[in-house]
Amino acid sequence: MVIKDLTRKGSLQIVDVPKVLRNGSLYIAQARIWNMLQWKWSIAGEAFANPMFYLLSIGIGIGKFVNAHQPTGVDGVKYLVFLAPALMASACIIGASNEVMHPVLEGFKWNKNFFAMNATPISATQIANGVLISALARALFGTVIYYSALLIFGGVSGLRSLWLIPATLYCAAAFAAMMLGFCAAIENSDLLMNIVNRLLIMPLFLFSGTFYSLSTMPKFLQFIGWLSPLWHATEIGRWISYGHHISFLAIAIHFAYMTIMLIVGLRFAHHHFKRRLSK
Amino acid sequence: MSATDGSNQPLISAKGLRKEYGAFTAVDGIDFHVNKGESFGFLGPNGAGKSTTMRIIAATLTRTAGEITVLGKDPEVSGPEIRAHLGVVPQQDNLDNSLTIEDNLYVYGRYFGLSKKYIRTKIEELLTFAQLEEKRGVKVEALSGGMKRRLTIARALVSEPEILMLDEPTTGLDPQARHILWDRLFRLKEQGVTLLITTHYMDEAEQLCDRLIVMDKGKIMAEDSPAGLIKKYSTKEVLEVRFGSDRNAQYSDQLRAMCERIEVLPDRVLMYSDDCEELLHQVVLAGMAPTTSLVRRSSLEDVFLRLTGRTLVE
Repeated sequence: MVIKDLTRKGSLQIVDVPKVLRNGSLYIAQARIWNMLQWKWSIAGEAFANPMFYLLSIGIGIGKFVNAHQPTGVDGVKYLVFLAPALMASACIIGASNEVMHPVLEGFKWNKNFFAMNATPISATQIANGVLISALARALFGTVIYYSALLIFGGVSGLRSLWLIPATLYCAAAFAAMMLGFCAAIENSDLLMNIVNRLLIMPLFLFSGTFYSLSTMPKFLQFIGWLSPLWHATEIGRWISYGHHISFLAIAIHFAYMTIMLIVGLRFAHHHFKRRLSK
Repeated sequence: MSATDGSNQPLISAKGLRKEYGAFTAVDGIDFHVNKGESFGFLGPNGAGKSTTMRIIAATLTRTAGEITVLGKDPEVSGPEIRAHLGVVPQQDNLDNSLTIEDNLYVYGRYFGLSKKYIRTKIEELLTFAQLEEKRGVKVEALSGGMKRRLTIARALVSEPEILMLDEPTTGLDPQARHILWDRLFRLKEQGVTLLITTHYMDEAEQLCDRLIVMDKGKIMAEDSPAGLIKKYSTKEVLEVRFGSDRNAQYSDQLRAMCERIEVLPDRVLMYSDDCEELLHQVVLAGMAPTTSLVRRSSLEDVFLRLTGRTLVE
């Protein structure tokens, strides 16, 4: 069999390094999203099922019980309305963190794909950023679905509540950035999974004022909420959604806290991506 | 670009290159240079420091000391600018398993900032080159080892690199797949691509390399063309004789007196001479009847044995 030779101009002619330096993170994000699309049905299924289960069981089921005993509502609104921003934020956070955890394990350990990416003009920093961007793309998808479900169930209303989407995404970005750094730092994957699922995600969900106001908790447990990005997102979300009463200073602190998480998380992630890719 | 504009400056040049991991020295102050269009090999056993050197050249590993320039630039300063012109085939295939063959090539092309249109055309060529046209839509996880290897090489060629770096390119491939691969690499060399190859197979080094360095324990033991190395460090021919494991050592003094040099291995004795048929005749005449004997020409394995006292594959 005759094999034709490859045509050749040479990389000096065809590779555009400044373009990669500008857009490298987006190329990585695109590859990650293609990868995610292999799992599109499972991602879509989760995005639809998660709000359905929570809204039906807790929002409507428990909500009926709560509303019956609290005629003035919780925080002045129906239980479902109180719950909505927190449920949306937690789903968004979990969606985004899944998409940083799995690819990081895969990229560094399972098929070492990050090393392949880093053999091109793409830098370690761009790989980390690209993974985060793709995680946020998934989070955006999940958030829009969640928001739509909440609209249907009456958990949100009014144009102003649309601001919930970017606010929730911002929180997911902050949390996912921390997770990205954390996953890149820990090299033992079983240990990592256990810590994240048992010691991080569950407590955050339960102790961040999701189901009731944080102030109901004893002081020594409230600190979990203060540390948790979910609580900060929930507070902002409630303020956006139904005008939950918080001071301007508190809003600023919530945003500042998430911004710090985002910056510190990314710095941490960049450091560990560089370290592991050049080891 | 200056280094590749046809000037006589080497494409890669290292001086006193050193890499330490704590107390362990992986690369121990080596000097070498690679010219444009050359096929340059690093031969040595596992752990010799070949892959470490490759990763320093590829701007993905920092050095502890020494100097190195690749395409006229320092890898620690100009990583992306250097990597833009390298095609890297790592020892372990690191393809994206959940994507198809075609998509693997596509996303990789994007990492070099290549246009979608260009990549689409290039993919067709690469699929033919790697004989994977019929598998284009198949996910990587379903491919055989040989196919994955060919795809990894095709992927490294998507950006038409100036330097193609292959780390143990044919490990784990069957003989037929190895020959197909060697043929593809020859074609690339003919097109002016500089090849950098690490291997612990001496036949591969002999087939593919214009010039090579023999490495052991982080140091360069020798540097020349395969034929030059054999000429310098070995005789024309080698006689391999087996007497059974006890008698191999027992006869060694007698055998040593009959030729230039011998190596006593656990299972056989290697005798070095320019005329081994005659040597074998003398061995038999001396009353040492070997159970098996073989006359062959010297290979890089013999060079390595001479230089290090060890075989390449242990």
